[in-house]
This record gives sequence, structure tokens and C-alpha cells, in this order.
Amino acid sequence: MIPEIGHFSLIVALFLAACLGLLPIIGAARNDAVLMAIARPLARGQFVFLTIALGCLVYAFVSNDFSVLYVAQHSNSQLPVVYRISAVWGGHEGSLLLWAFILGAWTLAVAIYSRHLPDEMVARVLGVMGFVAVGFLLFMLLTSNPFDRLLPAAADGRDLNPLLQDPGLVIHPPMLYMGYVGFSVAFAFALAALLGGKLDTTWARWSRPWTTVAWVFMTLGIALGSWWAYYELGWGGWWFWDPVENASLMPWLLGTALMHSLAVTEKRGAFKSWTVLLAIAAFSLSLLGTFLVRSGVLTSVHSFAADPKRGIFILSFLVVVIGVSLLLFAWRAPKVGLGGKFDILSRESLLLSNNVLLSVAAASVFIGTLYPLFMDALGFGKLSVGPPYFHAVFVPLMVPMILMMGLGPLARWKKIGGLELAKRVRWAFLSALVIALMLPFVMGTWTAMIALGLLLAFWIIATMLLGLRDRLLGRSDFLQRVRNQSLSYYGMQLAHLGVAVFIIGVTLVKGYETERDVRMDVGDTVSAGGYVFRFDGVREIEGPNYIGGRGHVVVTKDGQAVTELYPEKRQYNVSGMPMTEAAIRTGLLRDLYVSLGEPIPGSDGAWAVRIYIKPFVDWIWAGCVLMALGGILAISDRRYRIHSKRSGAKLGNVLEEKTA
Amino acid sequence: MKPRQKRVMFILVGIAAVGLAVGLVLNALDKNVSLYFTPTQVFNDEAPHGRSFRIGGLVEEGSVQREADGLTVNFAITDTSKRIPVVYKGILPDLFKEGKGVVAQGKVGPDGIMHADEVLAKHDENYMPPEAADALKKAASANPAVESK
Repeated sequence: MIPEIGHFSLIVALFLAACLGLLPIIGAARNDAVLMAIARPLARGQFVFLTIALGCLVYAFVSNDFSVLYVAQHSNSQLPVVYRISAVWGGHEGSLLLWAFILGAWTLAVAIYSRHLPDEMVARVLGVMGFVAVGFLLFMLLTSNPFDRLLPAAADGRDLNPLLQDPGLVIHPPMLYMGYVGFSVAFAFALAALLGGKLDTTWARWSRPWTTVAWVFMTLGIALGSWWAYYELGWGGWWFWDPVENASLMPWLLGTALMHSLAVTEKRGAFKSWTVLLAIAAFSLSLLGTFLVRSGVLTSVHSFAADPKRGIFILSFLVVVIGVSLLLFAWRAPKVGLGGKFDILSRESLLLSNNVLLSVAAASVFIGTLYPLFMDALGFGKLSVGPPYFHAVFVPLMVPMILMMGLGPLARWKKIGGLELAKRVRWAFLSALVIALMLPFVMGTWTAMIALGLLLAFWIIATMLLGLRDRLLGRSDFLQRVRNQSLSYYGMQLAHLGVAVFIIGVTLVKGYETERDVRMDVGDTVSAGGYVFRFDGVREIEGPNYIGGRGHVVVTKDGQAVTELYPEKRQYNVSGMPMTEAAIRTGLLRDLYVSLGEPIPGSDGAWAVRIYIKPFVDWIWAGCVLMALGGILAISDRRYRIHSKRSGAKLGNVLEEKTA
Repeated sequence: MKPRQKRVMFILVGIAAVGLAVGLVLNALDKNVSLYFTPTQVFNDEAPHGRSFRIGGLVEEGSVQREADGLTVNFAITDTSKRIPVVYKGILPDLFKEGKGVVAQGKVGPDGIMHADEVLAKHDENYMPPEAADALKKAASANPAVESK
């Protein structure tokens, strides 16, 4: 009975979404207050029914209802409860339901936090989001209903893929989806502005916090995924340029560009058309990501049973969304105007170049990801594009981008003197250069790539300090000055610092990691990177839904005990799938990483063991967390506070007149 | 600068940047695409010499042999028609098994053995790498007798 309630709720939600996608937009076009006013109740209703649907599916999982096909495929009575809940999004149908639910949540959030917006804007934004929801709900009901019954019911389920039975994976998909789907808000605002024919600074001000929130979620989601891959896949890498990872990186890159371009649009009224295009492109790439990941075109841990009907549906949906929005853009954008003028050397031009570089980077990832698909489809045979391609393209694009990233916050709007700017930053550049050239000698090995990476990181830090000094030190009171800076300024600096920390992590782990695959008999020792690893054998263990062996490795440095590590090799009972659980000792300056390969036949308890020393690897994720924190700080700025007593709309109108 | 000159300047800079990016991408693609071949194609000497490529198929039953160091593994990849011996030093993925799909990347030496620097088996028990599936299909259609076996 419960699954039928879930199914029925989905149908009701689809009906409400269809109304939401049509009526308010018609209302806005005809200036019909009643039709516009029903947008909010529809958004609320849609959310309620999506919540019921998701609740029913969660209930089916928790209560082990194996008469539901999807539950039988992705769960098992032995599975711990927390993984039964996360199994809800462990497969195709459930993750779509999560997608739709999160879209519903974003729609509701817009409905609630939009009191200060003009009615027709709210109607259009919610309408566009309703339209997107129709696509997803239709897709779910027609091709992938999570509530399909299995009759007669299975005695027990097929179990969740053991790779997904992990705390990191409980929150990674919802985080990432919050990001993916969050870009739908920026997209909806852009389309609403196009529909209304009014692209002004107010529009940019309204979209900015939503875009930043989505970007924060996406940053954290991607970082979580990368962290998971690092400790769960058992071979110590943190990014594989896997098509599925690329699918999330592309909208992230464009989302980053969008955030910066929105800043220019808000502050200077420039780049309007470009900003709209970015908003459309970022969300389209989110949809494309869903398509790539979920259609089974790309096979990996993320993709589920390949069903051509699904692929065709998503592809047509994608064509409709991109096609309609570009048509709308072509029709309306010429009216938009170009906005404020700026010189060839100005903060605007620096931000624009940054935008272009980010977009080109996204495009190069796009080409590398889809090239094999196209070649295969065109009959040129199968091939694969490996990480070297991405390294060869990404590094040259990121170097100028990072260099400009240091200059951007220091540069003035409209026009700057090149010479004057160069003079201001010369000490920052020189000190970054000296540190970058010297530090590798201290660390042990000097290579050009390490020096380059450090140069970029310290360039960001040095210019950041320079900017802070100029703003905070002076004749007047220091504390007063600190208070005078806006939160969004600090947020920007914190996020940029995150990039520097990230670069340090990437550079040092790449430059100084030690990787050893060795055969170890019981009692054998191996030394790597100054540490001595002693292997004390493997004993049998039994988990809730697996059996396996747990190794015991003692790590010492200069005769002093550092830590003991317990890597595991598991065999899951239901699926029979083997799994490697690496043992990692994390540290600020390095990670010690041990994973078990396989037992060596014909020996007395010897194993192939993989031993890694990963210096500064955690800085990679720390950098991402700093970026996300920066984003959060930026949207806490007073300007965006929703409950501010001043009417945001009025303030917006004033600004609009000023820039017009 | 006059606005007109300025615009021309912006466009020129833009074109130069895009041109540079396209050059980079094409150059990188050209160098880093690894082509894929079936064991039959490698046997017929259709694969490039001295360049790394991928080969897909099944791990031949009974072919896996470990050397005394515990890390060097010898096995053969087969498309049921032809077999190519592979040697790999390192820890194999969890799902590497005899009779299951596999993809190896590396160079084939003059001895006809592939020296692999990467061996891939995918995340899911029932999943067959597309390259491997393709190799089996091709071998089957080229030699119907194999299929009936």
C-alpha cells in the first residue's frame, strides 16, 4: 500500500509541476495577478507530494519491502539501516527521485525567500523551475518508476554495491545534487529575466546568492566524491578524470565563471548577455552530467542498467531545454544591451579573461570526455582519452588564470594603469617567486612543475596579503577598518586562499608522493619516505554483511612508534564482490596509506601490499572546504540578507536608475 | 584608444586565446588518445609498434601465473579466437579474475608480449568493459565456429 501512495504522490506532483510550469508564466505575460499568485501555493504543494514520495521509498527500504523491484535490486536484509537509507539513491530510479525532490526543495526555497521580488519575476522563476520538474517527473514515471512492484516478492534483496556502503557515499550524492539542481535557480532567473525582457543589476543581485549557494554545495559534493575515491577505491588517487567526475567538473567550472560574471553584472552592469549564456550553459551541463551519468552511455560505478529509452528521453529533454533557452536568448538578448564600458586593462577585463579561461577549460574537459563517444558513434573505433590529455590542456589554461586571479581583487573597475599595477605587485611577485624557487630544495627535490605550482599558490597568498594590507592598515583605527570591509570581501579572499591551499596540496602530493607495491611476508619490513612499515600478518574477520581479512601493519620512524594500521580485504556475502579497505593515517603534512593486494599463493601468509606516503594530500580537500566557507561567508553579506528591513526591490530600483 | 579600436583589440585577443586553446586541445588529443585493439588485430600486426595502446578481452582461464616476487603477473587476454600474453607488475584490481572481462594498456614488445602499465577491471561484478565485449563480438562474427563452441 505504501509504495502505491508514493507512486500516486509522484503523479500528483507531476500535475502540480505542469500547472506551475504553465499558469504563472501565462499569468506574467497577461499581467494576470491571480495566475501569478498561484505560483507559490503550487510550489509548496509540489514539495509536499515529492516529500511524501521520497518518504514512501525510504520507508520501503527501511522496512525491507522486497516486493518493490527497486528495493529488491539495491538492498538486503543484512544491510545496516544507515546504508538502507542511502541505498535509496544507490540506483537509477531512486537517484532521480532524489533529483526531483531536491528540485522541489529549491523551488520551495525560492517561493519562500522571494518576498521582496516583483510578482511577475517570482511567477516566471517558479514557472521555469516547474517546467524543469515536469521533465524529470515525466521521465521518472514513464521510464524509471522507483515504485514498480516485483510479484511475487523476492525473499531477499540483491544488496547494495559494496563500494557504495560507505559513510562518504551517504552524503556525496545529495550534496552534489544540491549543486547540480541549484544551478536551475540561476537558470530560472536568467530565463525569467529574458522572458520579462529586463536584464538589469537587480536581476544579478537576486541570482547571486542562489548561484553561490549552489556552487558551495557543488564544491563540497565534488570534494566528497574525490575524498571517497581516495580512501575507498584502494589505489590512492584523488582524481581520475573519469567521465563521471568530468561531468560534475564541467558545471562547476562554468558555475565558478558565472559567480564572477554575476559580480560584474551586479556591480557594473556589464557582461549581461555573457552572464545569461553562462547561466544557461551551467545548468545545461548539469543536465548533460545527469544524462552522461545516468543513461549508461558512460559505464562506471555511477551508471546503472543501460536502457536506450531512458537515454533518448534525457537527450530529447536536454535538446528541448537548451534549444528553448537559446532561442529565447537569441530573441531577447539583442534588447539587453552591453552595459557599462570598461578599458582593456581593468577589473572587468581581468574577470572577463578569467571567465573565458574557465569556459575554455570546461570546453576542453567536454571534448576530452565526449570525444571517445563521438568517435565510437561515427564508427572510427573505440579509443580512450587518458589523464595525460587533461593535464596537458588544464595546466596551461590554469596558469594564466591563477596569475590574473591574484591581480583581479587589486585592480580597479573601469581602468587601471598597467605600469602602476605592476609596481604595486612587484614585491608580492618577487617574494612568491623566491619562495617557490627555494622551497623545493628544502623539501628534497627540485622540479620545474613543483616550483610552478608553488609559485601560483604563493602568488595568490602574497597578492591577498597585499590587498588586505591596503584595505586594513592605514591612519584610521584598524578594528574600525576591519569592520568596514564587507563580508563578501572576506568571503572572496577566503575562497581564493582555498584555491592556494588546493594548489599546494596538488603540487606537493604529485611531486613528493612515494608509492611502493611490495610482497610482504609476516614480519617483513619496508621503508618508504623515512617511515618503516612492518607487516604482522592478516587475520580473519567477520562483519555484519561481509567476511574478510584484516592486516596489521606497524609504522615506526627512527625507531619510534608512529601508528598501527589495519587495512582490510572484504568479501560481501550477497554479491560475492571483493573490496579493498585501505587503512589511512591522516596528518597535516602527510598521509600514511596502506592497502592489501592479494594473498600470495604457496607462501606462508605473505601478501602483496601497497604502501603510499602522500604528503599534503589532505590540503586538497581542505582547500575545497575553504572555498565553500568563502562562499558561505560571501552570501552572509548584509546586502543579501533576506529579512533586511529595507525593501530589496526598492533598493534595486534605485540602483537600476543609477546604472541606466 | 577609440571604442572601435578597443573592440577590435578585444576581438583579436579573444581569437588568439581561442586559437591557442584549440591548438592545445588538438595537440594533446593527438598525443594522448590511446587506441584500442582486439587480440585478433594485435595478432595480425595491426597495432602500432612502440606506442602504448589498449587491448580488451577476457582473462584466459588457467593463464594467470604469479612470479616468486608476488607482484609480477603473467596472463593472457583472449577474444576466444586469438590470445595475447600480458605481463604486469603491480597489484591487480579487485575484480580481476580468470574468465572475466579485462582491459590492459601498454606496449607490445618484439617478443609479442604486452608489457602493461595499467590493468583495468571495472567496479561491478557483472559489468563487462565495452572494449572487451566488442572484442568478443568481433571474434565471434569473424569466426562463427567459435560461437557454437
